[in-house]
Amino acid sequence: MKLLTLNFLTCAIKTCKTQASSFPLHPKDSELEIIEADMNLPFLKNILPRLMWEELRLICKELGLPDLPPTAPTPNDLVEGGIQEVADGQQPADEQPSQTAKDLHRVLLETCIQEGKLVCGCCGHEYAVKEGVANFLLPGHLV
Amino acid sequence: MPAYLVRLAQIHESFRKAELLALAEVAGAELEIVKYDDDSPYCIVNLPSDAAAKAVASRAMLVQGIYELWGQGSTYDELRAHVKETTPTKWSTYEHCTFSFRIERYRGVQAPAEYTHAIVDSFRFLGFKGKWQFKNPDASFRIFEDYLLDAKEPHHLYLGRWIADSGRDAKNVYDLKKRHYISTTSMDAELALLTANIALAAPGKLFYDPFMGTGGFPIACAHYGAVVTGSDIDGRSIRGTGGSARRGQTGKKNVQMNFEQYATASQYLGGFVSDLTNTPLRLDAQAPWLDGIVCDPPYGIREGLKVLGSRDLATPEEKAVHAKNYQAEGYVPPKRPYSFTALLDDILAFAVVTLVPGGRLSMWMPTANDEDIELLIPSHPCLELSSVCVQAFNKWSRRLLTYRKRRPSEVDAAALEALETRKREYEQGTRASDLNDFRRKYFQGFREFEDMKKEFIRMKVGAGIRKEEASAEADLLEATQTSAKAKVEAAKQQVEAATKTEESAAAKADQLNEHFKVEPSI
Repeated sequence: MKLLTLNFLTCAIKTCKTQASSFPLHPKDSELEIIEADMNLPFLKNILPRLMWEELRLICKELGLPDLPPTAPTPNDLVEGGIQEVADGQQPADEQPSQTAKDLHRVLLETCIQEGKLVCGCCGHEYAVKEGVANFLLPGHLV
Repeated sequence: MPAYLVRLAQIHESFRKAELLALAEVAGAELEIVKYDDDSPYCIVNLPSDAAAKAVASRAMLVQGIYELWGQGSTYDELRAHVKETTPTKWSTYEHCTFSFRIERYRGVQAPAEYTHAIVDSFRFLGFKGKWQFKNPDASFRIFEDYLLDAKEPHHLYLGRWIADSGRDAKNVYDLKKRHYISTTSMDAELALLTANIALAAPGKLFYDPFMGTGGFPIACAHYGAVVTGSDIDGRSIRGTGGSARRGQTGKKNVQMNFEQYATASQYLGGFVSDLTNTPLRLDAQAPWLDGIVCDPPYGIREGLKVLGSRDLATPEEKAVHAKNYQAEGYVPPKRPYSFTALLDDILAFAVVTLVPGGRLSMWMPTANDEDIELLIPSHPCLELSSVCVQAFNKWSRRLLTYRKRRPSEVDAAALEALETRKREYEQGTRASDLNDFRRKYFQGFREFEDMKKEFIRMKVGAGIRKEEASAEADLLEATQTSAKAKVEAAKQQVEAATKTEESAAAKADQLNEHFKVEPSI
């Protein structure tokens, strides 16, 4: 699973979901793998405002990845030379990803958790990740 | 806006308009449908430009091509007159181009070559001086003849200049027969791609399928450039350890490898195992993050409709056993059957808190053909139903329902409040059939429906018999009436005749008296 997914995942237990500490889930004993992916600038620009930046930084720190900047970049920071305004009916110029975009791409879309556990900060329940697939099914006593 | 002729595919008719409108929205183009008929593959639309026409058509599944409309009419004379009237300003543009000119017949029989030549010849007035070229000409013209079933003559004709072909070829590329890994419930490639189009999948967007199975819908969305993720309650279908749906196929198969087959693995965030009623996804209406949700929820027929939990409420002892064993290798959490209507409402509620404003939820839903269709469409004040498309089978049909997430300003606050205070009653029970009306009907072979149909026919026949009896009686009465009338007439005639005889006898007597000069006796 690509690391971006972690920004959308909380604990599956209903009583935890209302607690702030259930997000993000904390990776434990994780095996990371870098899987090359095509740069997708339109997607990064679209998804950036929807990210929980503080939580993303925290996870990167816990995984020992390079530090992310303390404040979230803006979509404008992702394009080399900034986003150019185009007049109506004009073809937009080919946008090139900035270093910030490349770094984000590396973290969000190329870094994958293959094995390990995801731990809820509220109840401590551990969700296993096997072959890159996390299992969020709750055992009988927690439903 | 200029008019364009869309050559549609004559299949899945109720999806065609929805797809055109959705693709126009993706392309950011204003599209107006001028002429459309479910029974014809020719549709006329207004679009702002050739570029917009190309953008709309080039990824459409139910379109074969799009043409700039040069004229139309119900006869060739009318067509030529229309072309002469509306297009002379365009003729010079193509004067020296290489060009081709073809005729396409829909439902017509193959015509002899001389006929075709004569028709093409009759368009000489366009004054094209360029070379006739069959392959890759600069401009390609086409006459469309639309026939009614079994008709000898076309009932409508169009002339168009080719703008673009469609994206319909994708259905062959994504054909399930050629897909690496499928399951028994994989959605047909054409319909999966169509769903992705209607849900506005496009580059830069994020899509999710909560019942992904072997990933058919996410794969279709990724084809149109979206980044995708998905989940399923059955982890084996994602990891590919449940075996292949193909007989005799062995070896490693999983969803990831499907994405690799279509070279879209970069857009696949990964799948995870989860249950929609206990979802691990971030649910915060203030911070939605999904552009689209596409799914074919389990109907409980081929694929069980189950959620986490015990069939009967778990006792503390059972819970203790689960607590002790859940970390063991091979532990399977208990699951219970679930109500289908409850699941549909859960999907809607999930979409409301995860979709960004304007985002789409496209989901398939089955119904028996006897049910009142309007009543059964689930609704939510925060979602606007944007299209309903039907694929009909013999006794049941499935429908693709597409909803648009409303902006906060568009939501009816009173309706939302009413929804929160009202607790909906769902089917109760522990058995799958108690919980799922459609499943029950399906396995009863739609018997109730059949019974109802029979009853209806019986009523109709009964009414027919009564009608016949009544009309026979009426006939009889009428006949009696007529004969009575005739008798009256006859009697009248007899009376008249008798009167005449009497008169003539009297006249004769007078004559005789006259003749014999006898004084009439008094």
